[in-house]
Formats: sequence, C-alpha cells, structure tokens
Amino acid sequence: MTTEVGSEPEVKKEPEKSSEEAQAEQQQQLAEQPAEPSESEPSAAAEPQPTPTDSTKPDNTDQQENAEAEPSSPPPSSGQKKEKGISRFLPPWLKRQKSHSQVEPKESSSPTDTPNQTLTEKQEEEEKEEEEAEAAEEQVGKAPEEAEKRQEEAGPKEEGEAVSPVVEQPAETKEVKAEVKEEVKAEEVQAENNSVGSVETQPAKEEKEGTSAEKKGEKGGEEVQESSVLSPLKLGKKMKIVVCHVTLLDGTQFPCEVEKRAKGQYLFFKVCEHLNLLEKDYFGLSFKDNADQRCWLDPTKEIKRQIRNSQWQFAFNVKFYPPDPSQLTEDITRYLLCLQLRQDVSSGRLPCSFVTHALLGSYTLQAELGDYDPEEQRLDSIADFQFAPSQTKELEEKVVELHKSHRGMTPAQADVQFLENAKKLSMYGVDLHHAKDSEGVDIMLGVCANGLLIYKDRLRINRFAWPKILKISYKRSNFYIKIRPGEAEQFESTVGFKLPNHRAAKRVWKVCVEHHTFFRLTNPEQPTKSKFLTLGSKFRYSGRTQAQTRQASTLIDRPAPYFERTSSKRISRSLDGAPVISVSDHGHMLDSARTPGSGENGHDPALELSSDSKSPQVEEEAEPGKGAVAGAVPAELPFETGTDGADSSETKKGNVHLGTVSSAESRNIDQSAEDKLNSEINGQPEVIEVVEETVVIEEVVKAAKPKSSAPEVSVTVASSATEEVPEVKEEEEKSASSDSESEEEAEFHPQSPSDSAHHIQEEPEEEQEQSQKAPPTNAEPQQDAEPETTDKVEAVVNQQKEEDEKTPGEETVVAPEDAPNGHHVQDGEEALTSLGAVAEEEEELEPCVVNGDASHAETERVPQVICCSEPPVVKTEMVTISDTFAAQKTEIATKEVPIVHTETKTITYEAAQLDGTGDGEPGVLMTAQTITSESLCTTTTTHITKTLKGGLSETRIEKRIVITGDSDIDHDQALAQAIKEAKEQHPDMSVTRVVVHKETELAEDDD
Amino acid sequence: MQADFGRFTHAVIRAAPDSLAAQALRSGPAELQVDMEAVRREEEQYVSVLEKTLGLRVVRLEADEELPDCVFVEDPAVVCGNTALITRPGAPSRRKETEALKTALANLDLNIVEMTDESATLDGGDVLFTGREFFVGLSKRTNRRGAEILADTFQDYAVSTVPVLDTLHLKSFCSMAGPGLIAIGSSEAAQKALKTMQQMSDHKYDKLTVPDDLAANCIYMNLPDKGHVLLHCTPEAFPESAKVFEKLKDHMLIPVHNDEKRKVDGCLTCCSVLINKPSKV
Repeated sequence: MTTEVGSEPEVKKEPEKSSEEAQAEQQQQLAEQPAEPSESEPSAAAEPQPTPTDSTKPDNTDQQENAEAEPSSPPPSSGQKKEKGISRFLPPWLKRQKSHSQVEPKESSSPTDTPNQTLTEKQEEEEKEEEEAEAAEEQVGKAPEEAEKRQEEAGPKEEGEAVSPVVEQPAETKEVKAEVKEEVKAEEVQAENNSVGSVETQPAKEEKEGTSAEKKGEKGGEEVQESSVLSPLKLGKKMKIVVCHVTLLDGTQFPCEVEKRAKGQYLFFKVCEHLNLLEKDYFGLSFKDNADQRCWLDPTKEIKRQIRNSQWQFAFNVKFYPPDPSQLTEDITRYLLCLQLRQDVSSGRLPCSFVTHALLGSYTLQAELGDYDPEEQRLDSIADFQFAPSQTKELEEKVVELHKSHRGMTPAQADVQFLENAKKLSMYGVDLHHAKDSEGVDIMLGVCANGLLIYKDRLRINRFAWPKILKISYKRSNFYIKIRPGEAEQFESTVGFKLPNHRAAKRVWKVCVEHHTFFRLTNPEQPTKSKFLTLGSKFRYSGRTQAQTRQASTLIDRPAPYFERTSSKRISRSLDGAPVISVSDHGHMLDSARTPGSGENGHDPALELSSDSKSPQVEEEAEPGKGAVAGAVPAELPFETGTDGADSSETKKGNVHLGTVSSAESRNIDQSAEDKLNSEINGQPEVIEVVEETVVIEEVVKAAKPKSSAPEVSVTVASSATEEVPEVKEEEEKSASSDSESEEEAEFHPQSPSDSAHHIQEEPEEEQEQSQKAPPTNAEPQQDAEPETTDKVEAVVNQQKEEDEKTPGEETVVAPEDAPNGHHVQDGEEALTSLGAVAEEEEELEPCVVNGDASHAETERVPQVICCSEPPVVKTEMVTISDTFAAQKTEIATKEVPIVHTETKTITYEAAQLDGTGDGEPGVLMTAQTITSESLCTTTTTHITKTLKGGLSETRIEKRIVITGDSDIDHDQALAQAIKEAKEQHPDMSVTRVVVHKETELAEDDD
Repeated sequence: MQADFGRFTHAVIRAAPDSLAAQALRSGPAELQVDMEAVRREEEQYVSVLEKTLGLRVVRLEADEELPDCVFVEDPAVVCGNTALITRPGAPSRRKETEALKTALANLDLNIVEMTDESATLDGGDVLFTGREFFVGLSKRTNRRGAEILADTFQDYAVSTVPVLDTLHLKSFCSMAGPGLIAIGSSEAAQKALKTMQQMSDHKYDKLTVPDDLAANCIYMNLPDKGHVLLHCTPEAFPESAKVFEKLKDHMLIPVHNDEKRKVDGCLTCCSVLINKPSKV
C-alpha cells in the first residue's frame, strides 16, 4: 500500500532520508494505528521501511532465507512495529514476510512493469544510495548478494550458459527495489517509479485482495499525505528541479517546483494542497500537447514523459463533473466547480440559452460581489465579466436584473444555485471529441458520466450508456466500442469511429476508461481498482471512483476552510490571491487523514497511488451492484475457472499464469472473462473491457529483421507443480496467488502480457523497451535457450491487433499476417466465426494455439492448438455506424493480411486457473529465482518461484523466451518444441500457461 | 426547468377555416367527410376546457381561408420557456401560417426565433418536449436541418432525433402524459420510436402504453390549483385507450372530442400552443 508507489527518481534522491523519514513516519503511524491487528502490520511494515522493499526483491532471490526466517505467517506485528526504527538494518524479509508471500507474484510482475529504464535507473540509484546511506546499503547489499548467489545456483540448474551475466542484473534490480521502497515511503505519493512502484504496489494489491483493501487504502492515504508533505523537503537534494506553472481556475498562476522526474501525482497534490482542496478526485491537471490538444496529466506517470517537448505549463481543471454538485461536501469544491463552469460557459464549451446565461451570470455576481449595489455595479463594470461567448448589452441588463433578485444570498448559496442550473444543461460534463463515423461524416463523441454520446452538429444521434458498452478499444486512429446486444439481438456489435489521429483515439479511449471507472463503478472496492490501477498504470483510471470519493467526503471533518472568491473579471490576480490555506486548517486536514481509525478512504492518496502501479483488472468492471469483492474477482474468474484436468495429479486447479509475453502495448482483456462475468452477473453485467492497442516497438525486433516481419516471439511458459499433498483448495489459493504474480510478471516483459482477462497490458510506449531485459522470468530451464519462436497469433480475444486501421473488428483474429513462417497459428477459425457470432467466451478460452501443443493436450478445455498453415488470415470486422438512423450498418471488410506492417500478436494458453484472486492468503514466498540466458537470437529468462502455503509448497516456473530473428524460424515448431521440452524436463509439473507474443516490424505512423 | 413542466398560463389557438373540410392536408382516406359543424363544436369544447375549466388565457387567432390547415397551430411554432421558434413547416402550403402566429407570440413578449434556413423544415408536431430534453421526429415534414435549428434555439436542452417513418408526426403516436411519463401507442413503429428515445436519453421515462396510437396524443398540464391535468381522447373514440387514461388516479382527466379534426390528421396537441408566462416578479 504505502510502498506502492515509489518513484525511481525519488528513490535516487534521498535514500537515506527517505528511510529515516519513513521510519519516523512509521513510528507515527504505529502510534496512531496501534489498534490495527495483523493486517495492519504488513502494511505498516511495507510502507515505512525500506527494508520491506528490499525484502520484496530479495524475496525473489532470497526466498528461502526469508522463509527460514519467518516462514509462513506474518511476522509478529508488535515486534515489527517496534523494530521499525531498526528496520532499516534488518533484512527486509524479516520485516515483510507476510507481504512478501503475497507479494511474490506481484513482484515478479512489477519488474515487468518497469521497463528497462527503471532498471538502469535503479542501478544508478543503488549506487548513489549506497554511497549516501550506509544503512540502506547494508540492507541492499545483502539482498543483492543473496540474489546473486541464488542466481548462480539457479543458473546451473537451468542452463549454465548465459546465466551468470544475466544474474547480475537481477541482483541489481533487487537492490534497487529495496532502496526504492525506502524512498517510496517518504515520497510515496509523489513519484512512483514504474518498476519500483509496481513492485511495492503489488504487495499492496495482494493484501487488498486478500482482505483489507480498505485498510490499505486508508493507510496508503495517510502515508501519502505525509509523504506529500515530506517530499518537498527531499526534493531539494539531488534532483533536478523544474518549475511547473499551473493555471488555476481563477486564472492565477501557481508556480510549483517539481523534481524533473516527478509524477503527475506530485504536482497535482501540490496544487490541491495550495488550493486547500480535499475533494480533489473530481479534478485533474491538463496540458496542451504539441498539437495543442488538451491532455490529462496521468498522475501515475512521470510528468516529463507525458508532456514531452511541451512546456511545463498546466491547467487545473475539473475532470469529472459531478452530476449532482449538491452532493459535494465542501463549499470550496463547489466554488472551484463553479469557476470551471464559468469558464466553460463563457468559452462556449458549455452552450446555454440566453436566459440561462443571464441566470448563471446573476449568480456569479451574487457570489462574487454580494448583494446588488447600484452604486458599485454599473453596467459598464458588469461588462468586465464574461458571461457568455458573445455578450450583449441586453444580456448584461438581464444579468443585473436577476442579480437584484438574489439579495441576501450568500456566496455559497449563490454557487449552489449556479450549479443547480448549470448541471441541467445538456452539455454539462460532456467531453467532446471530433470524430467521423464509418461513413466519414463528421460527428462528435461526447464522453460523460452516463456513457458515450454521439452528436452530429448539435443533434444527438446516438447514445451508449455505460451498461451497454462491453468493450472500449482503440487502434491506431480508430476508436471502437463493443455494444452489448439488445433484447432482440443475438450478437454484439462494434461501433467504430475514426479520430483525426492515433493520439486523439487514445485520448478518447482514456477519457472513456476514466469516466466509466469514475462514474460507473460504485463499489468502493479497492482490490479491483487497485488491480486496475496497477496494471495499466497508464490507462487505467487510478483514482477513486465517485462513490469512493463521496464516501471519503463524508469523513471530511474540518471547519469550512476559508477561501477567497476572486472576481472572475479580474483574472490577472497575483498568486497571492489564490485561495489561502490557513495553517491550522492544513494541519487539521493532515491529522484527519492520518487518523487511523477514521479510514478516510476518500482521501487516501494511497488509493491513488496504488492505482498507479498496476491495475490489470481494471478493464473489467463489475457492476456496482455486486459486492466489492465481486468486482475484483470476476475478472479473474474466467481464467481461474478453467480447469486443468490433466494435471490433476498435482491438483492445481488454478495455476494460471500469465505468462504474458510482451507487452505493454497491447492490453488485452479477455473477453472470456468478461463474458463469464456477465453471465454470472446475469443481469447486466456491466463489464467493459478496455482494450488498448499500442504498437510496441521493440528494439530487438527491428534489429533482427529486415523488412517484413521477422517475428520475434517471446514465449513464456509457466508451469507450476505442487509438491506436497495436493489439497485442492489450498493449492488453488496458492495458485491464485501465484497467478497474480505471474500476471504481474508478465508485465515485466517488454511486451506484455496479455493475459486474459484482466490484464491490460500497458502500453507503455516508453516502457516497452525496457522490459525485455528486466523480466524476471521464471523458470527452470525447461525450455531454455531454445529459440522457439512462435508466431502464433493469438486469438486472444481482446487484443486487437494492429492491422488495418479499417478493420476494427472486435474479434479480429489476427492473422499471423505475414508471418514469414507461414504458420499462423490461430484460432483463426474461431475468430472468424466469432465475427459471426461465436461466443466470445469460447474464443477466449480456447484461443491457445500451439501447433505442437503437446503440453496443451493436458488441459482439457484449454488450449487449442491451432496450427494455421493458412497463410494470410483474413480479418473480418463488423463495423457499425453509430447513427441511429442508419440502422446499424455492418460492414464487413476482408483484407488480406500481408499488408500489415507491424504487428504484435500474443497468444495465451492457459490450462486452468483458480480463482485465487489473491483473496485467500497468498501463501509465503519461499524462493524466487530468475535466470537469464542468452544466445544469438534467443534470450531465455526463467523465473522460479516457490511458494509455501498452508503446508503445501508450490513451485512455479515461468520461462520467457525471446527469439529474435528472421522469419525463417518455424515458430510453431519452436514453440511446440519448447513446450515439449518443458514437459519432459519437469514431468511432475504441468504447463499451465503458454503465451506467445509475436512482434513484427511495423512502421507505425501514429505514435 | 423540470419543476414547472406542464405549467401553462396562456394558450394560442386558431379558428378553423371552412376550407379545412375540403382542402386540409390529410394522410387518411379523402372520402371521409369533415363535418364543419362538428369541427366548430369540438373547437368550442376545446377552448372551453382551456379557458373555463383550466383558467388559461386563450388567444384566438382568426381563421384564414387561404390556409386550410391553420387550425393546427402547433406546427408553425415551438415554444419553450420564454422563447418561441417560428418554424418552417414541412408542407409548403402551410408556410404562411407562421405569420399570424409570430405576431401573436411576439405580443406575448416571447423571444422570437425564426427558422429562415430554406433547407430546413420542421413541424411542431414532430417536437416532443419532455421537460428535460427534446426529441425531434425526422419525418416527411421535419428534416435534420430543422432539428439543428431547434437545437440551436434551445441550447439548454439535449435534442435527439428520432426517425418517424410511418406516421405524419412524432406526436402522432406519443406525447407527454406527466412529468417523466410518455404516453405511447402500441404499434410497432411507436414502440420502436420509444426505444430509440429511451436509448438516447440520460433520463428515465415511464411509459403509458395505450392501444391506439392516435390516443397517445394527449395534453398534460400542471396547473397551480388543479395539479396534474390531462386532456385525452374520449371513450367513444378510443374506448380501450380511454380506460388506460382513466387509471391515472392523480390526474384531473378531461376527455376531449376530436373526431372530426382527426380526419385531417388533427390531434389534441395540434390545436394549441401552450405558453407559460410567469407573472412578472
């Protein structure tokens, strides 16, 4: 929780201090939260102490030791707390065992999340830290050493070849992580390194999943605030400082110094702090990109990476317009909303009639000037106010006339009235985006609290409420929504819109994802969200939902803060004019936030933080109606459900794994998952898949291949065996936990994981690159170096492959395009059919394709190996135009594949999964190893994780094989071979998941 | 906005010209003879209800023999709040009906907006105002451009378009029967249109389904002393539909005869323009 977000930069800066501060914080927290039982412990441990972070990394390598030290159960809470001061010195595992166990899987994933950059950065950081902080060094040093040892040991086991070199990296990474954690505590809120953050976050997630999500959130929140407070101090040290200029809603500028690598969150918190704003979830920071388009600053990502070459100039804006402003708790929040709306109205963004302009204007005058005063307010002075885009004398007269009638109304009351009228406007809170329908007709997409509105000129021609939308995706410059079939309809339809460019498509997609999450998901469940957050840091909405923020708001307990209403006509006020935060109030805020018992979920930064890191499951959202748990779990369910029948000996029901391969780019959500969810829910499952497609740029690929697609395929094979007596349940749980891990791990991979369902791969455009090295793959040498490339395209449901822009098909099966090999594996058939109507679920479930799929045979349902020797796959897509009138038109486009420049394909095969959402206890991580071997065109990373739970130990091996080369390789063959070998090597283990990710060189125009 | 939905103080009506019987546009069989005497009687009852029963101030416009359809004042003007949109009726023969109406509405101090775009057509009969938003039927009489102008005129409200294929107007099979209550006919076309409206709206509407499409056209008012008032079809005309209306316990129900004008596509709402002019503060 607390640790969740650790920004790399931060880490670098102040390892020592951070740790110290962290300790102090911890102590405070402890003192405050003494009552909290075991659950609290882990969180506390994790948060403050650098060690925990250390431990997390070490866990992988040093799992055994950890296990020895404190095998299974959570360390004694009291002891930990007391030790906090000393915590630094203690090896991380001691402190955090509990979290570790939970964390393991996540950790693995975390690395994936953070790209290579993070690693390098980490290393650097480590060095610095070592120098600076002795204590920290000690811890770190130990961890790495151990890690190295392990790696060495592991190396031989697996494959002696390249192991050694690889090993070092892992060790370093571990060290880094540890440091990071320390820092993280202090700065948690602000920056979150991708990798680091992810690691930490993961544990939090697990915890959340397991049980105390809320608590976590709370804690996180507390920590966050503290961190925010602390952070500024820390910044001073080594970091490069950049001054951000934030235009506030009253027109004033707020300069804010920020470390160059700070995340959006940091700046946002600083602004909110400056504004004395507690109900901040409705707001956000925006900036103009190179194309002068307004973009929202992602709180979970580094500012610098988002603004790219643009100026460090931001605007504080309302991001989510509350449908009922009267439900806001504080006047200051309403005031800020009023300011935003005044801008919206006067700029014409929020159109309204003459009468409404006059009415709103009159409330503005009442709020800002008080009762009508004939002497002060003459028409000429009123003219300084901008009430409407084109303001007439007549309007001003009307405004004044109405103003007179408001006599006696307080500013706050006037604001309320203003909002009551503004909220009824049809365009209130509608975020418009230019687009074209499938026929090339100009339309506008309006994203709002209730769904997606389609406008043509001023007319609303269609509307898709969130419950009607199954999936949201974009590909290149196209934006797609998959619509739930109506009563009379059998099949889902996909509606496609053409945006001006890729960025615009992505922007709409993001806004949709965020709005859906914010407004539609009412469950305050954190687990789901956290996952959400976690996975797709970029694209998932990491903040609180409206429901959560409302709940949090109810806990606000402070005297109404004083703030000054600045006149809208005097825009050029000095900064001083900005709302003043009285010290006392501020302090109060903090206190309240910190209060343990209070559980201010709402304010917890932690939540937000957590969100950053990963939230794979985010995409799929359970309907509010469901229990919180349900929301989180459902997504996963599908996978879990699958049973591996064959493996029964081991009794693993749920070992799922995500071995995801690759990348960040494509986020796939399994439809199957959704479907299942839906089915489960029956009613109206509102599950929306958010699919993001990104083009992955892999350096490797490019290098290797000439033109076409030399398919680089990374194959991840995860196998898990349960050694001890298999009690199904327990194992399941374990598996579940493991699963989670695996998922995360997957993320590491450069191109991530797509696993089914939940995971949305981040498309870290930036991150992608990094991943390859980092990935802690598990494994045992099952497959080792083999260059097994498979070009199999996955039928993975959700993924959209980038192929033709035109073909938006939902279920586009990716044909292995050009795959030189000619083997396209695919479910192509299914996919194709799906177009027609095949149930998505089936597709998803079965998608696996392995030609040789020996391994697969085991699984019953599972993986269908598909050998597609069929050349070019034809994609079919259904496109529906949103115009109601045009009774939905369906276009089916068939294209031959070869045209595609670059593609990323991911094939996922899963044997079965349990639902171990992680709810249960994750078990204790015994050991984790990562071994990497490289050959000319193959890089194999093996990640072995041993988990002990309830007396059962589970060994999970995840192998990741990256094959770089020309098309000559018979990927299918290679994959089959790899799987076969894996099986042979570990006869006692079962292959639970195979993910094939293929990337072909593309030349993507769009960014 | 929603609070005073159905609140009206004035009604504008226009006398039926004798030319109505022979020349009024009609979508039904031409052989149906219109009894002008009956038309007058219906008119009297209609005005009587508005004026005496409900206490509205009724503005009567003179009939114009050149304009056989001029009795249907709903089509040339759409009034919402303080603004009146003078439309451009889809039937060329009715374009001049707007003149008298415009004058009358201007005299009531309404802001007049005229639809001057030659490519736009709009009949008020295709405009359903729910109190929260507009639905505009795209019919033979109303085109998209007309709807756009309406949207520009009433910017506070969402304006959604609804295809109307089988009937003359959108309100030939639906109307508001209460706040958030849409009276809707049972025909397939009517039900389909309702679904479209429901999908397009952010608001939830209840529906009052009546067996006869034409019976779904009723007039709802919410008057200070009367509460919910509903002018609807008579049991003689649509016995089954009338029963449905009679189940509305909270409404003051007033059956109104409309048999003659119905022969020339006249509905209850067609014959008046209702206006709410709050007394000046």
